[in-house]
Amino acid sequence: MRIFFIATLVTLLFVAAQPRAGGQDRNAPAKGAATAKASAPTDMTGYWVAFVSEDWRFRMVTPRKGDYQAVPMTAEARKVAEAWDPAADEAAGKQCKAYGAAAIMRVPARFHITWQDENTLRVDSDSGMQTRLFHFNSTSQTPPPLPPGERTWQGYSIAQWQKAALKVTTTNLRAGYLRKNGVPYSENAAVTEYFDIAPLPDGGKLMLDTVIVDDPQYLQLPFTVSSQFKKEADGSKWDPTPCTAR
Amino acid sequence: MGSNAVYCKMSWSNVQSGGPKSVGAAILAAALMGLFACRAASGQVELTGSWAVRNHEVLTGDGLPVDFAGIPLNDEARIRALSYSQSQLEMVERQCQGWPAFYLVQGPFGLKIWSETDPIKGNVIAYIIGAWEDRAPLTIWMDGRAHPSEYAEHTRAGFTTGKWEGDTLVAYTTHMKAGFLRKTGAPSSDEATLTTRFYRHGDLLTLLAIIEDPIYLAEPWILSKSFQLTATPLPPIGPPCITAYEGSVGATAPHYLPEKNPFVDEMTTKFGVPRAAALGQPETLYPEYRKQIPAAAPAK
Repeated sequence: MRIFFIATLVTLLFVAAQPRAGGQDRNAPAKGAATAKASAPTDMTGYWVAFVSEDWRFRMVTPRKGDYQAVPMTAEARKVAEAWDPAADEAAGKQCKAYGAAAIMRVPARFHITWQDENTLRVDSDSGMQTRLFHFNSTSQTPPPLPPGERTWQGYSIAQWQKAALKVTTTNLRAGYLRKNGVPYSENAAVTEYFDIAPLPDGGKLMLDTVIVDDPQYLQLPFTVSSQFKKEADGSKWDPTPCTAR
Repeated sequence: MGSNAVYCKMSWSNVQSGGPKSVGAAILAAALMGLFACRAASGQVELTGSWAVRNHEVLTGDGLPVDFAGIPLNDEARIRALSYSQSQLEMVERQCQGWPAFYLVQGPFGLKIWSETDPIKGNVIAYIIGAWEDRAPLTIWMDGRAHPSEYAEHTRAGFTTGKWEGDTLVAYTTHMKAGFLRKTGAPSSDEATLTTRFYRHGDLLTLLAIIEDPIYLAEPWILSKSFQLTATPLPPIGPPCITAYEGSVGATAPHYLPEKNPFVDEMTTKFGVPRAAALGQPETLYPEYRKQIPAAAPAK
C-alpha cells in the first residue's frame, strides 16, 4: 500500500513536469484564452527603432537606377525597374510605393506597436506614416474577399502566435517597390513574416523581423530579408514624415 | 529531439514495470531520471541538416575598399580600417588573418549542421557547423562545459557554448583571434564576443548575431541572415584557408598613412553615401541620420 502511494505520488509529479502535448511549452498561448492580447506569449508593444546595420546603401539613401544587387528579380521585373520614374509616381500620387507591407519594415523608421483591440495588433511607422493591422481573430485564415480597387499598401494581415514568435501573412496588396529605386513587387505578392524578441547586452530588447516576399511574377524565388529593431523607452524621437518617391 | 523522446518513454516504462527488489526506490529513481531528462529536452527544435543560403542582403560589404557603412565603429577602429590595404593579403603570414566566427552570418555560403550525441543517453553534446573555405568549423558545446581561461589560446573559430531558450538555440562565442568585422579592413579584436540566436520557423532558419568588441565597436553590431532547409546535401568545403607564396616576402606591410587612403570617398561618388556613413560613424545607423544627408549627395 505504501509503495503504491509513493508510486502514485511520483507518477503525478512526473506527468505534471512533462511539456504539454503538441510540442507546446510555457510560451504557448494559454488554452481557452479569450483574446490574442490576453494570450500573447511576449509583449511586442512599444516604440521600436530600425537599426540599419545591413544594406545601408539600399535603405538610407535611394539607390541609383539599375542598382538591384541581391534581389532575385525576373527579367520582367528588370524591365519594370528600368522604367522607374519617381516623378511619374509623384504625379500619380503613388509616393508610397516603397512603403508597402513587403518593404515597410526595411524602411529606416520608428515603429509604434499597440493593441488596437483585443485581437488586432497595430503597427504605425513614422516614416511614411503607414498603419498595419494584424488580425488575430480570423477563423478562416484567409483574407476577406475585397472588390477590385480596394487593395492597399499594407494589404490584409492575418496573425497568429507560434509559441514565442508572431507569424503574420499579408495579401491584398497594391503593387509596390521592394527598394526605392523601382524594384517591383506585384499586387499578387504574398508576404510572410516572423517576429522574434531577443535581449540586448545592455538589458534592452531587440525585435527581429524575418520577411519572405513571394511573388512569382517579379521574383525568381522568395525574397528573404531580416531586420532588427531596438526598443525605445518612449516616443520622444517619433517623427512622422510623409512618403517620398525619391 | 527524437532520442530524448525515446528516453522519456523508457523512463516511464521503468516506472510502470517495477521489478527490482526495492520497488519504491526504483520507481523514484526512474521517475526522477525521466523527469530531468525530459525537462532538458523541452522546447528544442531540430537544427541539423543542410541549409541553403538566402543571399538577399549584402552582408559581406566588400565591394569597395572603404565601405564600413552599417558598422558602429569607434575612432580607433576607423583609423586602423583606413590604414588597411588589401595588398596585405599577399603576405603569407596575413593571408588567413580574416574571418572570426561571425563570418557565419556574413559569408555567401550555406550551413551544414550536424550533432554529436552521447552514445548512452542520446543527448546532444555539441552541434557542429561545417567549415567553408575561409571559415573554420564552429563547434557549439551543449554539455554545460565552461569557457576556458582568459589566458587560453584564441583560435579562428573561438570557443562556443550553447543552451536552449525555449525553441531558440543561443550560442556564445569567445576566444576568437583578432580579425575583420568586414573584409576590407574594419578590424575586430581578440576580445570580441559573439552571441548567435538560431530561430527556426518551418523550413527557414534565421540567425541573429550580436557582436560585441570593447576595443573596436562603439556599440554592439547586430546582423541577421536566413537559410532555407534543403534536401540537397551541402558539400563539405575545406580545410579553411591554406597560405601560399604570392610574390611578397613580407618585408613591409602594405598600408595607407593617415589621411592618405585614396578610396575614402568612393562610396560617396558611386552611391551617394556620405563619408560619415561610409566610415561607420555610429549615429549613421539610426533613421534620424537621414535628415543630415546632404540633399545634393550625388548618386551617379
